[in-house]
Amino acid sequence: MTPDIAMTPYMMESLVLWGLVATTAMAAILQLSQGLGLSRMSLTFLMGSAFSGDRSVATVLGFVLYIIGGWLFAFLYFLFFTSIGIYTWWMGSILGLIHGAFLLVCVIPLLPFIHPRMASEHHGVTNLRQLEPPGFLAMNYGYQTPIATLVAQAAYGGVLGACVQIQHAMIG
Amino acid sequence: MEKQKNLAKTQRYDKVHQEMTAPAIADYALIGDCRTAALVSCDGSVDWLCLPNFSSTSVFARLLDPHGGSFSLRPTQPFTSNRRYIDSTAVLETTFETDGGSARIFDCLPIVDGVRQIRPMREVLRIVEGVRGTISFHASIAPRPDYARLASSPELRNRLGWFYAWRNEVLNVQTDIELSLEDSTLCGKFSVVAGERRYFSLSYCLSEPAIIPPLGETADGRLESTVKWWQSWSSQIKYDGPHRDIVVRSAVTLKLLSFSPSGAIVAAPTTSLPETIGGERNWDYRYCWLRDAELTMQAMLGLGIREDAGAFLDWMLHATRLTWPRLRVMYDIYGRSGLDEHELPHLAGYRGSRPVRIGNGAHTQQQLDVYGEVIFAAYTYAADGGVIDKAGARMLAGLGEVVRSTWREPDSGIWEVRGPRRHFTFSKVMCWTALDRLIALEKMGVVKLGKKLGAYEADRVAIANLIETRGFNSEIQAYTGEIDGDQVDASVLLMPSVGYRDANDPRVRSTYDLICQRLGRDGLLQRYESGVDGLSGDEGAFGICSFWGLEQVALRGELALAESQFDHLLSFGNDVGLFAEEVDSRSGEALGNFPQAFTHVGLINVALAIERARHGRPNQTRPK
Repeated sequence: MTPDIAMTPYMMESLVLWGLVATTAMAAILQLSQGLGLSRMSLTFLMGSAFSGDRSVATVLGFVLYIIGGWLFAFLYFLFFTSIGIYTWWMGSILGLIHGAFLLVCVIPLLPFIHPRMASEHHGVTNLRQLEPPGFLAMNYGYQTPIATLVAQAAYGGVLGACVQIQHAMIG
Repeated sequence: MEKQKNLAKTQRYDKVHQEMTAPAIADYALIGDCRTAALVSCDGSVDWLCLPNFSSTSVFARLLDPHGGSFSLRPTQPFTSNRRYIDSTAVLETTFETDGGSARIFDCLPIVDGVRQIRPMREVLRIVEGVRGTISFHASIAPRPDYARLASSPELRNRLGWFYAWRNEVLNVQTDIELSLEDSTLCGKFSVVAGERRYFSLSYCLSEPAIIPPLGETADGRLESTVKWWQSWSSQIKYDGPHRDIVVRSAVTLKLLSFSPSGAIVAAPTTSLPETIGGERNWDYRYCWLRDAELTMQAMLGLGIREDAGAFLDWMLHATRLTWPRLRVMYDIYGRSGLDEHELPHLAGYRGSRPVRIGNGAHTQQQLDVYGEVIFAAYTYAADGGVIDKAGARMLAGLGEVVRSTWREPDSGIWEVRGPRRHFTFSKVMCWTALDRLIALEKMGVVKLGKKLGAYEADRVAIANLIETRGFNSEIQAYTGEIDGDQVDASVLLMPSVGYRDANDPRVRSTYDLICQRLGRDGLLQRYESGVDGLSGDEGAFGICSFWGLEQVALRGELALAESQFDHLLSFGNDVGLFAEEVDSRSGEALGNFPQAFTHVGLINVALAIERARHGRPNQTRPK
């Protein structure tokens, strides 16, 4: 248990930095899982292709959106730490796991309904919709996808939690 | 009971016999997208396909084993088939005739812009179109990933079709007919009436969500755009002689064997098609041999395909940087040289020809002729107006230094003879060529040899002296395969082509005569005399050697003889103009990996030489 930490400008700067580090760690793990043949899920490509049908644009745009999204979520994680008053890496990891499970169970299955270029098993493919849907727990992209996603999210939360934990140790 | 047992036994033997009798090598046609290629048999079966690239593992390998996987669309009635490529393209059209009607299948790997659009990494598109009456087909789709080492059963995802997933790869089968799963094979029956079309798309993605291409009009559009792309590419071919069709076919085949992301050209898209049926000379040719460099460059520039020639030279100069200044015999499509050889004992081999090999043990050999090939290719490119940058020029000069320090050493020779190294005459000829062209490049201002120029000239003279005194056997009046040898080798037929000696030189002519006498078989040539390679059994006539001999005839200006022999050689191609590595001189059957880029390069160069002879243009390969 640690005492409350107020959001100071110094804290903000650190959060921006560690948000980037955490996002990078998460992206690296997901990329690694692709490279090792554990999963074909590419969140950057899925995000980018929602906005562009040009593969090169989609890849770059997706990466930018992914990094920005990771940064923004860092603030939510910090709010959570503040609200429960626990600032540790393991709490960050637990939060990351919950976040990952929420993504897998609730958000990703919605993609075929909101992603303009994603096909669905019920409607088939069209000229526009040719992207493979993720299926239950995104397992269409490989049976190890849920594990890779949870590990990546846990790493993301863990890095953020560790950031605040270190910050607290330095201040206190 | 005994009778029943015997019947079952007979049926089983019949089945085994049938399985072992694969289609003839020449029964196949090639389709591809300049990244990978598939072989389609004349009875409508895709029997060979590696994904995602030429040298990746196979998904269909029925070519090498009855259970290796295939994608068959075949009439259910007795049929005859004939096929052609749609004009100047790599889109195959196979027409089936039955008593009830006829239909045709268009086969291609669509070439679409995958950067500005979202398209699958690879796709095999097959469109069945009814032409007359009604014709029923049986579809059978059985991907067997990783050379049939992986058991992969498909999953039906409703309207998205069937998915085969393994590791981080996914193969999607989309069709507008109903398929069912029978013993891990997707099967279906359908009929087409005149004018009706049915679609089959097999798309592949690696490390990303699958992209599922639509069927119907969109598939028609992909077929059409692929036809247009090939026709546009072929239109740049500058050859208007009487053999334009076969020359264009050879050029398209060469393009099909090129790997567009790097500019590399693989020797053939297959592995382990035997040089003799049942024999052990079964090699993996899905790599890029530097020995093919110069002749390939000559062919491409002769046809006016300058962009591809530039890409090929770039690949050679940049991909070989990892081993520079030493060159390996072969590299993969990205320039990697660790091509360790393995056997695949679970595959039966083409008509029982074992072993099936992947990788190629020859990659560690020393082959001195490759230096001459690369430097000569660069010279040819520069002499044609191509630009070689400073880094490339430095690389070429570095290769020259290796030649100067190694030309006295034995090597494995152009034919990659395994066992102890020897002093091959042709390797010395190519060392001479390397120095000769570097000196020429220096005079053109491309390469800077500086004070070493004199040493280069002295070495060039020394190599020529060795070849003339010990590479020419005055008893048999011929250049021999090895220094101080008495056996002939077809490789020395290239002496005039590389500019070492004129085709009308008495020594060259007498060598040609003896080679034809000792190695000739029905107008074809074997590459060397029996026993040279130390392997058991015999091999067929070598396609490229036959074209080398003929090129020499054309270089001598004997036009009528060259043309009649050319027509004879062309008769050994298959019905769609494809040539294998070798030809069985007794039966005329294609042997070895198929189709073979080197053979097609030889064909193009002969056609160009004949055309130059016809118009009285000089066949100048050596700088004046």
